[in-house]
Amino acid sequence: MKNQKWLVPTFYIVFLMLPIYWLLNMSFKTTNEILGTFSMFPLEFTLDNYKKIFTDPTWYNGYLNSITYVVINTLISVTVALPAAYAFSRYRFLGDKHLFFWLLTNRMAPPAVFALPFFQLYSAFELFDTHIAVALAHCLFNIPLAVWILEGFMSGVPKELDETAYLDGYSFWRFFVRIFVPTIAAGIGVAAFFCFMYSWVELLLAKTLTSVAAKPIAATMTRTASTAGYELGLLAAAGTLTIIPGAVVIYFVRNYIAKGFALGRV
Amino acid sequence: MGIELKQVSKRVGAEIHIHPTDLVLDAGGFNVLLGTTLAGKTTLMRLMAGLEAPSGGEVWFDGKNVTGIPVQKRSVAMVYQAFINYPSFTVFDNIASPLRVARVARGEIRTRVGKIAELLRLTPMLDRLPAELSGGQQQRTALARALVKNAPLVLLDEPLANLDYKLREELRDELPKLFQDTGATVVYATSEPLEALMLGGHTATVHEGRITQYGATAQVYRTPNTLLTARVFSDPPINTATVDKQGDTFVFGDAAHWPVTEKYAVLPNGIYTLGIRPHHVTVTGEHADGVVVRGIVQIAEISGSESIVRVEVAGNSWVSRSHGVHPFEVGDTVELHMQVQRCLYFDSGGELVAS
Repeated sequence: MKNQKWLVPTFYIVFLMLPIYWLLNMSFKTTNEILGTFSMFPLEFTLDNYKKIFTDPTWYNGYLNSITYVVINTLISVTVALPAAYAFSRYRFLGDKHLFFWLLTNRMAPPAVFALPFFQLYSAFELFDTHIAVALAHCLFNIPLAVWILEGFMSGVPKELDETAYLDGYSFWRFFVRIFVPTIAAGIGVAAFFCFMYSWVELLLAKTLTSVAAKPIAATMTRTASTAGYELGLLAAAGTLTIIPGAVVIYFVRNYIAKGFALGRV
Repeated sequence: MGIELKQVSKRVGAEIHIHPTDLVLDAGGFNVLLGTTLAGKTTLMRLMAGLEAPSGGEVWFDGKNVTGIPVQKRSVAMVYQAFINYPSFTVFDNIASPLRVARVARGEIRTRVGKIAELLRLTPMLDRLPAELSGGQQQRTALARALVKNAPLVLLDEPLANLDYKLREELRDELPKLFQDTGATVVYATSEPLEALMLGGHTATVHEGRITQYGATAQVYRTPNTLLTARVFSDPPINTATVDKQGDTFVFGDAAHWPVTEKYAVLPNGIYTLGIRPHHVTVTGEHADGVVVRGIVQIAEISGSESIVRVEVAGNSWVSRSHGVHPFEVGDTVELHMQVQRCLYFDSGGELVAS
C-alpha cells in the first residue's frame, strides 16, 4: 500500500472526468459511429457537429438567448442585492434577522412550483418569450443568494470604514460607489458567479417562459433529441459548448471563491 | 477650535451610555479622555464628531450650535484603534482622499500629501496599498489622512492600542508634536493612565458614562477631586483604606498612626477614606515623614527595574511599587514605608477633603 497513495485520487478524478471526456469524444464523432461502434476516441474525426452549431441560427441563437438572459439576470441580481446586503449588514431594524432568513427560504422551493404562476403572470403582461421574463424569474432565486453572499463580505468590512469616509466628506452614494464597492469587489465577483451559474444551468423556468424568440440552448438541445431523430454527435457538441462559459467564469473568480469559502458564506 | 458639550446625553433603548455632560475642551490643545473600556470615551467622541446624535443636549463648535449638522459638514478628523484605510486606494490616494472630496487643486494635493508623508515617514510607501504595509505604517497613513485636511478638531480613539510596544512609544512621542503647529483641538481617548501623563495637556476622567473631572493633566493626577477619579487615574490602582481622625492623629487600625498636619487640622474627627498611590508605599527608602506599615506578601512581580508587590495591610489589599529588584516570598511579612504627606483623604461621599 506504501506507494499507492495516488490510487484513490486518480480513480476519483477519472470517475469525475469520464462523462466529460465521453461528451467531448462523442462531439467529434458522427452519429452513425456513436450508435454503431464503441471506441475510446473518434475513428472518423469530424468537426461537422461544431460547424452546424455555429452556422445554423436555430442552434447559435440558443446560446445567444441563454447568454442574454443570464447576463441581464446577473446584472439585476447584483445591482439589487448590493444595497439590500448593505442594509442587512449595517443597520438594525425591526425583524431584520427574520427578513434575512426568509429571503434565503425562497431558495428552498423547487423552481417547478413557480413555473405556473410565472407563466400566467408573464403572459398577462405580454412578457412571454422575452429574455427579460427569464431574467426576472431567475431573480427570485438569485437575489436572495446574492444578498446572502454579499452580506457576508460586507460584514467583514469594519463600520469604521464607512464613518471614516463620511468624516472625509464623502456623501453616502459617493462612498458606496467609490470606496465600498471596490472594497468588496471579491464578494461581488463571487455573487455574480453564483447568479451566472444558477441562471445558466436552470432549465425548467427558462423553458416554460420561452417558445422561439428567447429559447435557451438547453431547450434547443432537448428538441433535437426528440424530433430530428437522434443527432447524438450534434447534441454532444452543443453540450461541450455549454460547459465552456461556466469553465471560463470559474477560471476568473476561483481565487475570490476561495476567499468566500473562508468567510463561510459560499 | 472651541468645543463645548452642553448637557449632552446618549441613551440607547433603556441603556444610558452618557449621562448629561457639560464639558469645555481646551481649544487648540491636547485633551485626553481617560477611562476604562466601555466607560463612554468612544461615545463622547462620536457625539463630538456627529457620527451619533445626542439623545439630549447640544454640541457647540466655536460658539455655534452644530448639534444637527451632519458629519460631512463638520470638518472633523478621526483615527480609530483599528487601522482604517481605504483598501482599494494606494497610500497616496488614501491621504489625498479628503482633499479630493473638498475639490482641492491637483497640484496643491500633491504638495500637501508629499509634505505630510514626509513628516510621517511614508514617502517610500505612497504607491503601495494599505494591505502591503505594517501595522505602524497603516496607522501612520490613517494619521496622515487626519492631518492633511487641517481639520480644526481631531479625534484619536486609542490610536496606539493595537501597535506593539516600541512603535507605540515612538508614535506617542511624535503625536503631540504633529498636532502642535496645526492649531487643531485634539481629543485623545486612552485607557492607560500612564499614557495620559505622558501626553500631558488636559485630561477628562470618564467613568460609567460620566466625566468625573476635567483639568490640566498633572493637576487631575495630583489632586483628584473624588475617589472615583483617583481610581480611574492610577495604574496600578490606587490603594485605599479607612482611617480614623482622632484629634491630632490619623489612626490606621492597628497598622499605623501619624500626626495630622496643619492642612487637615480643621477636619472634624471621624472616619475618612485614605488614598495612596502604589509608588508612595515602597519597600525601600526612609522618608522624613514616612510611616512604617507591615504587610503580608500575596503576589510579587518583578519587571525590569521595578518590584510590584501585592500585600495585605491591615485587611486591605494594597499594591506597592518600588525601584530596584527585591525578592519576595509569598506569605512573608514586609515593612513598607508609606509617605503620609502624599496621602489623599476622601470623605464618606468620596469627595476629596482639602488638599
